[in-house]
Amino acid sequence: MKNKLLLIFIISIFIIIFIFFYKGLQNTNIYTPETKINNKIPLFNGDLLYINKTVNSSDLFKSDKFYLLNIWSSWCVPCRQEHSLLMNLSKSKKVELIGINYKDTKVNAKSFLAELGNPYKKIIFDQKGVKAIEWGAYGVPESFLINDGIIIKRYIGPLNKKLFKEIESLIK
Amino acid sequence: MKILKLFFIIFLIFSFNHLKASNEDMKNKITKNLRCLICQGQSVYDSDSEFAISMKVLVDEKIEEGFSETQIYDFFKEKYGEWILYDPELNKNTYILWLLPILIFLIGGVIISKNFIIKK
Repeated sequence: MKNKLLLIFIISIFIIIFIFFYKGLQNTNIYTPETKINNKIPLFNGDLLYINKTVNSSDLFKSDKFYLLNIWSSWCVPCRQEHSLLMNLSKSKKVELIGINYKDTKVNAKSFLAELGNPYKKIIFDQKGVKAIEWGAYGVPESFLINDGIIIKRYIGPLNKKLFKEIESLIK
Repeated sequence: MKILKLFFIIFLIFSFNHLKASNEDMKNKITKNLRCLICQGQSVYDSDSEFAISMKVLVDEKIEEGFSETQIYDFFKEKYGEWILYDPELNKNTYILWLLPILIFLIGGVIISKNFIIKK
């Protein structure tokens, strides 16, 4: 009787462990970050790409209107894809685009914008990739929608038409 | 007097060296405990991805600014969440993680001692 109980106990433990690991197999092992939204924008000083000037992040997002902060680079292929959408968005008066040029050279960044157009009001030149980390970013491209000094939405990866429509409806 | 000056200069050089070395040690310690989020399974210390390189630069900058080890961890935790640390802290999400091994150890101890006593 005692042996039988022990056998059942052991088998049930194995079954539980099996179910546990089987379920675990289906989980994705790629970590997606906690999309920390409704956070205040980080405070830092950064150099601008076109003008030799250092600005504070609080000066860039001064007014209570909408801002889209876009992290981009000339060597990043998806950035090229989303660029036309950013150009469209820059025509809207409701939103101002701020760029962070990530781990790039000034020459390459400028020729990228000369070729595809410049949608940004201001661009922070982030050669070491440190400013992007201040924002909690992973890489390029990444975008943050900001209103009144607060991050209200975060987009990891390139923007597409669907996300573009979402942004348009958010800034209405 | 000249010799004294020379000794003083040598002492100064060595003391700066030591300062630099201890900063380097601290940087290595911190980056070994930070998870590279692009190349998962590797620490920032081991990785050479763009993300990890930037993290190393930032850790360096923070140490230079006089941040302590815990302050640097807090800084990254605020930006990326608890996941960025390899050494999870004890909080309500990690109670099981920390307490389960102790619990299993205690239960095992009880079972062994009980059997031992009964057999005796």
